[in-house]
Amino acid sequence: MANTKNNILEEVTQSEYKYGFFTDIEMDTAPKGLNEDIIRFISAKKKEPEFMLNFRLKAFERWKKMTEPDWAHLNIPPIDYQEIIYYAAPKKKPKLDSLDDVDPELLETFDKLGISLDEQKRLTGVAVDAVFDSVSVKTTFQDTLKKHGIIFCSFSEAVQNHPDLVKKYMGSVVPAGDNYFAALNSAVFTDGSFCFIPAGVRCPVELSTYFRINSAGTGQFERTLIVAEEGAYVSYLEGCTAPQRDENQLHAAVVEIVALKDAEVKYSTVQNWYPGDKNGKGGVYNFVTKRGMCKGSHSKISWTQVETGSAITWKYPSCVLLGDNSIGEFYSVAVTNNRQQADTGSKMTHIGKNTKSTIISKGISAGFSNNSYRGLVKISKMAENSRNFSQCDSLLLGDKCGAHTFPYIDTQNSSSIVEHEATTSKISDDQLFYCLQRGIDTEKAIGLIVNGYAKEVLKQLPMEFAVEAQKLLAISLEGSVG
Amino acid sequence: MLTIKNLHVEIEGKEIIRGLDLEVKAGEVHAIMGPNGTGKSTLAAVIAGREGYDVTEGEIIYNNKELLEMETEERALNGIFLGFQYPVEIPGVSMNNFMRTALNEQRKYRGLDPIPASEFLTQMEEARKLVEIQDKLTNRSVNEGFSGGEKKRNEIFQMAMIKPTLAILDETDSGLDIDALKVVARGVNALKSKDNATIVITHYQRLLEYIIPDFVHVLFDGKIVRSGGRELALELEEKGYEWLKQEA
Amino acid sequence: MITEATLKNKVTDLYKENKDRIFSNDPPEIRKLREDAFNRFLQLDFPTTRLESWKNTDLRKVLEKDYSIMFEPENGNVDLDRIFRCEVPDFDTHIISMYNGWYAYRDKPLIKLQNGTIIGSFGQAMKEYPDLVKKHYNQIAKTDINGLNALNTAYAQDGIFIYVPDGVETYKTIQMVNILDRDDNLFVQNRNLVILGKNSKMTLVHCDDSHNQHASFTNTITEVFMDEGADLKYYKLQNLNNDTSLVNSAFFHQEKDSNLATFAISLNGGLIRNDIHARLNGEGSHADVMGLYLLDKDQHVDNQVHVTHAVPNCTSNELFKGILDDHSSGVFNGHILVEKDAQHTNAFQTNRNILLNDKAMVHSKPFLEIYADDVKCSHGATVGQIDNEALFYIKSRGISEYNAKLLLMYAFAAEVINEISIQPLKDRIDDLVKKRLRGELAVCDQCVLHCKNQEQAYEFKIDMSKI
Repeated sequence: MANTKNNILEEVTQSEYKYGFFTDIEMDTAPKGLNEDIIRFISAKKKEPEFMLNFRLKAFERWKKMTEPDWAHLNIPPIDYQEIIYYAAPKKKPKLDSLDDVDPELLETFDKLGISLDEQKRLTGVAVDAVFDSVSVKTTFQDTLKKHGIIFCSFSEAVQNHPDLVKKYMGSVVPAGDNYFAALNSAVFTDGSFCFIPAGVRCPVELSTYFRINSAGTGQFERTLIVAEEGAYVSYLEGCTAPQRDENQLHAAVVEIVALKDAEVKYSTVQNWYPGDKNGKGGVYNFVTKRGMCKGSHSKISWTQVETGSAITWKYPSCVLLGDNSIGEFYSVAVTNNRQQADTGSKMTHIGKNTKSTIISKGISAGFSNNSYRGLVKISKMAENSRNFSQCDSLLLGDKCGAHTFPYIDTQNSSSIVEHEATTSKISDDQLFYCLQRGIDTEKAIGLIVNGYAKEVLKQLPMEFAVEAQKLLAISLEGSVG
Repeated sequence: MLTIKNLHVEIEGKEIIRGLDLEVKAGEVHAIMGPNGTGKSTLAAVIAGREGYDVTEGEIIYNNKELLEMETEERALNGIFLGFQYPVEIPGVSMNNFMRTALNEQRKYRGLDPIPASEFLTQMEEARKLVEIQDKLTNRSVNEGFSGGEKKRNEIFQMAMIKPTLAILDETDSGLDIDALKVVARGVNALKSKDNATIVITHYQRLLEYIIPDFVHVLFDGKIVRSGGRELALELEEKGYEWLKQEA
Repeated sequence: MITEATLKNKVTDLYKENKDRIFSNDPPEIRKLREDAFNRFLQLDFPTTRLESWKNTDLRKVLEKDYSIMFEPENGNVDLDRIFRCEVPDFDTHIISMYNGWYAYRDKPLIKLQNGTIIGSFGQAMKEYPDLVKKHYNQIAKTDINGLNALNTAYAQDGIFIYVPDGVETYKTIQMVNILDRDDNLFVQNRNLVILGKNSKMTLVHCDDSHNQHASFTNTITEVFMDEGADLKYYKLQNLNNDTSLVNSAFFHQEKDSNLATFAISLNGGLIRNDIHARLNGEGSHADVMGLYLLDKDQHVDNQVHVTHAVPNCTSNELFKGILDDHSSGVFNGHILVEKDAQHTNAFQTNRNILLNDKAMVHSKPFLEIYADDVKCSHGATVGQIDNEALFYIKSRGISEYNAKLLLMYAFAAEVINEISIQPLKDRIDDLVKKRLRGELAVCDQCVLHCKNQEQAYEFKIDMSKI
């Protein structure tokens, strides 16, 4: 009995990455290495206005003076920033009006990933911006969005067509010198998504960006900016994969969200970067800064993430609750397996009155992995009657992995309430026996229980994504479909 | 159907069952009674295949198969059902999902296709009626937030869904008020047929007023010290277990 | 910043100048330990807020002050009865005192009881029982990661030494009293070593007590070795003036089936830092680590609790509660580490705080670090205020808002107080907490156990079920 259980856990911890293929496509790349010239090169390639170049150069100056953060519960091998290619784009003119003009290889790549760029083939209700290596390939459903005055395009296009909006909001939530990886991103980011929902508009479709790292030796540095004006609403989805490679690839992204009065932004991520092989060789370093600013009163920003990929994850989607009565939420399922390491969580900064935040984090560790929750809840003096509830649970599958919880609570206001709860456990023998007694085999039982455990978070995902996430969770833990 | 011969069971080196014999035939209802700590629940757990119990001697033959050689789920798929004394909570797993998975496993084992949705719903509805549980309970997570009585009804509900060959009800009556007890008993009686058998483990004879046993066994100190008909239960009720202790 | 460097320079120079006196009792191994620790201190320096574990406790103001350091005890016996008399009713204890950092009874530095128990000066124990001391000294404390701990190891000349042989149960509660009473600012570094034999049993009450308004800085390390089946209850009470700074590091090493209960009760004091490390090193051992802090004015209490589960089948339970008023600040940093293979661990951690005021501040970091899968670990932390529903309920029964709040605050604290198993001590602390909550003990320059306002006890009964 004990043996079968161990065998299954072993199987469970040895799943294969399904998106490991590589697309052979002609690329336009910059020489590897990082210096002012490379930054000027990127800016020139993208025909950027001067304010952009200045933003980049300033960030680069800051970055040079900074050191990599070392406080996370991660073992990060040294990264040679001069060995990375900071710009890689498909050679064919990347942004096209018709699908016919897109390189068929690219189309096929996204089809293989289950992301059809053909609007006819897609389920209605999701507009996609596909980012291949550093460049946005195609944004679907442009016409529908235009009708509502919604801007959803690649970041490069936004710089060209809406420089005022970019200038106003870029760096307003995550300043160029915020942290080491954000500064690096600010200096060299190549593309990403831009999304603007005008006042009073409820975006009729889900907006989605799909990120794919393809080329060898490239880093991916995309930047996403979402602005929801007064009373606007948008639900935004992000997905990512990368080919299977022996070397590590760096992904340092920045996501900024601004929500004005009464606006609501829901941001969902299914992160499935290549996690490396079962011995820990290769895989993506996912060092991402995501932050939302609830600028206006009664605004709301909600982060939902399902993290199954990456060799190392360093990521803390956060909310600054500036407006009175604003709400911040963070829902996370993080699965680590084999030699993966994750240090992820959230930061909720309460500044406005009556602000509310919720953190629900479910960590699942298997194999030899280490999975940490790290979160900060900060209640400032002014944040009267604020409230936070955090729950961080860890589930351990096997006895060679680690699950850690590092919550930080700083409170300076006496009318606020902060509550943190956390548990760490394994699947209980009683639960397993109960399932077995009803004729459900061990593997299915583990699947059932793990999915049940993650349900609170999965139900936050938009329908279409939830199915994908559930599948992913199943693949990551092999055959654990509920 | 079930033959237990000279069964000895240890838990962490301590012998709990010391030479137990039992014969259960199709169509029969057996009641096993006895004071606390005499091995009643251990017997149920060993038949169902729970980990942590060492069978040091003896054998259990179930429908001509060596039961002790079978995995827990295999026993379940062969028709053994345990009604738990303390049903465990499984957060996030809905009763619907749980039952459908369990039924499909049973069907797969018998080479059948997964159960069609409509048929599943009909079966759920029938089983719900039988044990009078509200449909909102079946939308909740398995046993999560259920009251003691609801958990026990839920066990019988699952029994009605799975339709076992041999059901073992471990202290199903404990913590039930008289109305709930009647409901549970009615469920058990309705599921009774000439092809299946039931072992009712209980502390009090109260339940046996509603589930009429063909045989009553008294378990004491890891052995069956007395077997008889229904009247034995009444005698026990009257005289208590002290009398037996002295006899033993 | 300049003065900070000065204190470092001062302790450096004084160490070099006074080696003869510091080393006077040392076996050669201990001399080497000092030298190594001193070099380690020079590397590490005094902790600053740049260190994660000192992020919320800023020592700069403490280090700015000028202190004198005593390398020898004052001459003659001190009339301790004149200074200190424990007035807890019915509290029958064996009192041992430290006076300005030195074992107070110079004529009887070490006593050996009939049952083999040895109690007395740590300095003397190094001379008389060098093997016993060497076996455990600096084995339990981690003096290479923290500058203050390293400095203590370099400097510490005296402290309390207790040895309880196998199977012995000390017949009385032992009360260690640390008295500071000098006409200038004092920097004291004590070292206590407690060795509990197999199946021995002891209750220890450890009080810090200042007798004047001079500033002081105390940097103490207490090492406790608990052999198989040993049972220790350890109460740390702090009632100092608001110009005192106390860094109190306690390290417990627990062997098989040993049982530890510690309480850190901080009622008064300027800056208090409790570093509590419990290592569960033998199967079946258990640790209860409890704390209560009631703060006002500019007080700062920082409780750092590290519980390490090194082997399977151990249990630990942490409970720290605090009520903060005025400009006070509280820090709780709990860290449960479950090492690989420490299966069947049950570890719980709770920190609850009430903020009475917007100027008060709480930093709570309840960490879990777990490398074994078959464990039950949970932690919870809350920061909040008095429950308005409960307040309304009590007021609706005709109790004034003031008293209703007192009731609720008391009930909040009672969860920790109720765990104290010595009845007279419990009653006394209970009474002190009530007084403290009413603001009657705001600055007490007497020992907690020596409170002068011992009038009638404040009577109220609480029905916990209604709260």
